[in-house]
Amino acid sequence: MANVDKEMLTQFLLRMGDNTLILGHRVSEWCGHAPVLEEDIALANTALDLIGQTQLWLGYAVEVMDDGKTADDIAFLRDAWDFRNLLLLELPNGDFGQTLMRQFLFDAYQSILLPRLMKSSNQAVAEIAEKASKEAAYHVERSAETVVGLGDGTEESHKRMQAALDRLWPYVGEMFVSDEVDAAMAAAGVAPDPASLRAEYDALIGKVFAEATLTIPDSDFAHKGGRNGKTHTEHLGHLLTQMQWLQRAYPGATW
Amino acid sequence: MSAGRETGLPDVAQVWTWLHAVPDPEIPVISLTDLGIIRDVDYEGDTLIVTVTPTYSGCPATSIINLDIETALRGHGIEKLELRRKLSPAWTTDWMTQSGRDKLEAYGIAPPQPAGGPDKCPHCGSQLVEKMSQFGSTPCKAQWRCTACLEPFDYFKCI
Repeated sequence: MANVDKEMLTQFLLRMGDNTLILGHRVSEWCGHAPVLEEDIALANTALDLIGQTQLWLGYAVEVMDDGKTADDIAFLRDAWDFRNLLLLELPNGDFGQTLMRQFLFDAYQSILLPRLMKSSNQAVAEIAEKASKEAAYHVERSAETVVGLGDGTEESHKRMQAALDRLWPYVGEMFVSDEVDAAMAAAGVAPDPASLRAEYDALIGKVFAEATLTIPDSDFAHKGGRNGKTHTEHLGHLLTQMQWLQRAYPGATW
Repeated sequence: MSAGRETGLPDVAQVWTWLHAVPDPEIPVISLTDLGIIRDVDYEGDTLIVTVTPTYSGCPATSIINLDIETALRGHGIEKLELRRKLSPAWTTDWMTQSGRDKLEAYGIAPPQPAGGPDKCPHCGSQLVEKMSQFGSTPCKAQWRCTACLEPFDYFKCI
């Protein structure tokens, strides 16, 4: 763990924390709007777990950055170009089916990545991953079941789930594109090279989509630019205007 | 390190007894020690260190739990106190005490089961139960219902 570049480690932690922060915020937008009460509660609880994980990842990120900022500062006062989340997670929710499809695509990724991070050479990363992986395992069980239920459901629900998969599939590839941050993390034993997770991921989602009678689009095209912050979609800025409104309107506000 | 009788500080066993009387803020029928989230109590010098692990990473009760621990121990005259968060090993419902499980059931919440679902309705005892949702009123619970007495009930998730 000795020779990890601080800036690289920070970037890795921001990627982990921004993923859960942005998806947590998106999922929380359903609160009070889901089709039935049980689903509303489930979505709110999922969002809560994700925000909790964000506190752990960003909490450690600011420890590493060590420049006096808090996790709240970086969650609520950074602008779009400083975020390092996957593009998939900042896209608008769409309908309930699309929201659960996105949840499944991300849960499947986390359920493979987090157990690997539990073996990280960095103790803090390993401990956060241990905590988060239990929640991710619970999430993927539910989102996979829902994808199967709706995919192999009525004609209408099947049609919507296939449309959701077609819409979101071009955003899956970004999860597995490695860059210099990933190379540094892999070399230091902090995190696996994301490219190495692809086979396991494809096997997991392939099994669920087969059961859901859904067809994975025959294309490798991948939108990129979220994990490295180079090209976010226009949607992230709109999301931030909601998420950061209070902290921007009332600087320094505390509970 | 060890409890400082010679220094006039309350011993560790006494502190555990006090903590056993602090209720969980969301499920007040069980205590924090029943829940298994107090991982360690010890002194470093004359400072009492209480180590706590969160149930779920986003559980909003976590900060209230810390406040309740601090309030209780200050009320018993502890002056130098530090609360530490410990993530690993991650909390598991296996750490819930038997008395905690019994109290939950008597309160109407089905206790966690390794099988992944409640073994019976906490109201009428029937085994005819079905899941309504994997999530419930707090992060640690799911919603089930009994098809015999028709009552819905909370199930404490097994993790």
